[in-house]
Amino acid sequence: MATKILIPTPLRGYTDQLDEVEAEGATVGELLANLTTRYADLRKHLYAEDGTRRNFVNIYLNDDDIRYLEKDQTPVTADDTVSIIPSVAGGGWS
Amino acid sequence: MAPQTLVLQVDADSGIRRHGREAYPYECCGALIGRDRVVTEALALPNSTDEGPRRRFLVRPVDYLVAERRAAALEAELIGFYHSHPDSPARPSQYDLDHAWPALAYVIVAVEQAEPRALTSWRLREDRSAFDQETVEVEPR
Repeated sequence: MATKILIPTPLRGYTDQLDEVEAEGATVGELLANLTTRYADLRKHLYAEDGTRRNFVNIYLNDDDIRYLEKDQTPVTADDTVSIIPSVAGGGWS
Repeated sequence: MAPQTLVLQVDADSGIRRHGREAYPYECCGALIGRDRVVTEALALPNSTDEGPRRRFLVRPVDYLVAERRAAALEAELIGFYHSHPDSPARPSQYDLDHAWPALAYVIVAVEQAEPRALTSWRLREDRSAFDQETVEVEPR
């Protein structure tokens, strides 16, 4: 079962310039694992070296942040859309 | 990699500087929209940080989507983001590096005592180890 994943502008260079790809998986976690297996260079921008997802990477299932659902265990269906949506953060010298 | 050039149309350049002045002593932020590395619009976005806006900025996901949609509406691209460094140099901090996205231009304007000064642009290296500075040119109207 394939689910649609929307790719934000800064990551399209790693998905053959596609703004939308499909991946297999029963949960958001499985979907993202399959996505980063197929597009391996995505991994370092989504995950820190310890394997945790970077905190400025937001994963939405349809209109909902998966942090407020079941996180990576959130089930997905072929009718869902998963979006990778950046937070953009930074700041001056303290 | 050879340094690249980012072109800011004059209205985008003045918009970034004006936003930096108005937000002082807090950081401002916004999106850079255009095509082929020419920024035609600087879109001001809210600084939603809860870590202290004198030294931090945050563009929330909902505002990121505003920028993507604005770019799509103009049949343009999201080229990058800008923010100000109040009373701080126009070069990226470690915090900027830790939170950077690839392939985007990061424009920083230093604002000293409410006056915008140096404006620089940076891109994240592929291995995330550092930023590379790129040349900024301002294009007259």
